[in-house]
Amino acid sequence: MKRFSIFSLAANALSGHRKWAPTWRDASPRPGYDIIIVGGGGHGLATAYYLAKVHGITNVAVIEKGWIGGGNAGRNTTIIRSNYGLAGNGPFYEWSMKLWEGLEQELNYNAMVSQRGVLNLYHSDGQRDAYARRGNAMRMHGVDAELLDRDAVRRMAPFLDFEGARFPIQGGLLQRRGGTARHDAVVWGYARAASALGVDIIQNCEVTGFVTDNGGAITGVETSRGTIRAGKTGIAVAGNSSRVAAMAGLRLPIESHVLQAFVSEGLKPVIPGVITFGMGHFYISQSDKGGLVFGGDIDGYNSYAQRGNLPVVQDVCEGGMALMPMIGKARVLRSWGGIMDMTMDGSPIIDRSPVDGLWLNAGWCYGGFKATPASGWCFAHLLATETPHETATAYRLDRFATGDVIDEKGAGAQANLH
Amino acid sequence: MRIPCPFCGNRDTQEFVYRGDASPTRPDTDEAMHDYVYLRDNVAGPMREHWYHAQGCRNWIVVTRDTRTHEIISAEFPR
Ligand SMILES: Cc1cc2nc3c(=O)[nH]c(=O)nc-3n(C[C@H](O)[C@H](O)[C@H](O)COP(=O)(O)OP(=O)(O)OC[C@H]3O[C@@H](n4cnc5c(N)ncnc54)[C@H](O)[C@@H]3O)c2cc1C
Ligand SMILES: [Zn+2]
Repeated sequence: MKRFSIFSLAANALSGHRKWAPTWRDASPRPGYDIIIVGGGGHGLATAYYLAKVHGITNVAVIEKGWIGGGNAGRNTTIIRSNYGLAGNGPFYEWSMKLWEGLEQELNYNAMVSQRGVLNLYHSDGQRDAYARRGNAMRMHGVDAELLDRDAVRRMAPFLDFEGARFPIQGGLLQRRGGTARHDAVVWGYARAASALGVDIIQNCEVTGFVTDNGGAITGVETSRGTIRAGKTGIAVAGNSSRVAAMAGLRLPIESHVLQAFVSEGLKPVIPGVITFGMGHFYISQSDKGGLVFGGDIDGYNSYAQRGNLPVVQDVCEGGMALMPMIGKARVLRSWGGIMDMTMDGSPIIDRSPVDGLWLNAGWCYGGFKATPASGWCFAHLLATETPHETATAYRLDRFATGDVIDEKGAGAQANLH
Repeated sequence: MRIPCPFCGNRDTQEFVYRGDASPTRPDTDEAMHDYVYLRDNVAGPMREHWYHAQGCRNWIVVTRDTRTHEIISAEFPR
């Protein structure tokens, strides 16, 4: 791998930028691998990278039905944070945040990680108490959290509606180390670094079934480009988890739902970090290019369509107008949708499956982008050592049967409420 | 999406509350309860699902809808 530096930039500038090598090898399938990862999103690529880097397992393939990063990895609103309240989640997401903090040096790739702060607004005494409690839980886990009053919020974001709002802003819970990262660059950075360590990245290759031995253990995958043997097979296919698991006869505690997002025309810098409305489904940040990036709730019905409907568009825009009326002057450039693997408790699964040879990384709901580094790290740890990483011990598949669910919202077994 | 409510006619989905897959039925044994509460087929294709017409006739109805396209195939009262 040619390292990127000021010198490589200068040298390539002199040759008119015509001599850059491709960022990663576009591999063709070989007959077999020690480990196959199904799904070339952020999680699959990060898993392959840490398998090679941390565990020295380089005979690995990432198999992607389309192009890498064409799924949720390239459709999300790029927010990273570790402001969780429950013990099963806190250390995992904080580990992810620590990995984000060193990611660009680690990968020698500019992922535009920007710790510009994540501010969750509260609008009632009860909500303030709940955020104070969450902030305390975060601090007890060594995560940064600050409870801001109304004046402090106003100094940060004077454009919010502090006069006459139906739900007046009382303050907010701020995680300064939270922020955003460039989603595509995360995919490309992991792909480049994994490829350089020998991982085969195989695109346009859809897994259509599993190969099993006489005992029923999975020993490979059937794909649109032929059969490929594998010592172990891990799936990291996000919104398609149920479909791929069904090929191995599994039913998962997951429903697939569509989440939409929106971006405005490019504007001068105005939004200082990430801001979430506490009284409606609306959150916003501003990309480095200037576009206001915003979204809200999932549409709420099962979907594999990668596009949503107008009621949620209206709901998101109403939330935006209620929180910061100036947004009404901005024009929306694009909107899109992605398919979320919503679990029955709103938390993910990183575990062995009941089928020998098959390992699961699924259930990331609408919050799996921030988890990308730790998800890859922990899934690689699980695949390599067959024991869960210490920050991911709670993400078991059987927690729904044992009652050890991790339900941050306390919404119960109704996937579209998480 | 519009749902052809068998009582009210074609109405915007905004008037409805979504419950999910209509096929699981409440089991008699405790052992089967986990599968009933937590596991889903998560169908990609036509799926029978429960919707509640909260801002209309207040009936629960069964809608058959293709989850890949959002095409609504039918809507009927549950039996
Ligand atoms: C609109 C939107 C906004 C979001 N905002 C945020 C946010 O701000 N912060 C945050 O933390 N998270 C956010 N998320 C969630 C986050 O994007 C996902 O949880 C995360 O990207 C999922 O992991 P992934 O990157 O591996 O998934 P994906 O990129 O979806 O990767 C899965 C891959 O598997 C492939 N695949 C599927 N089936 C097969 C098959 N049979 N064979 C081969 N390959 C297959 C797919 O093509 C896909 O490329 C958002 C999601 C959406 C849609
Ligand atoms: Zn009706």
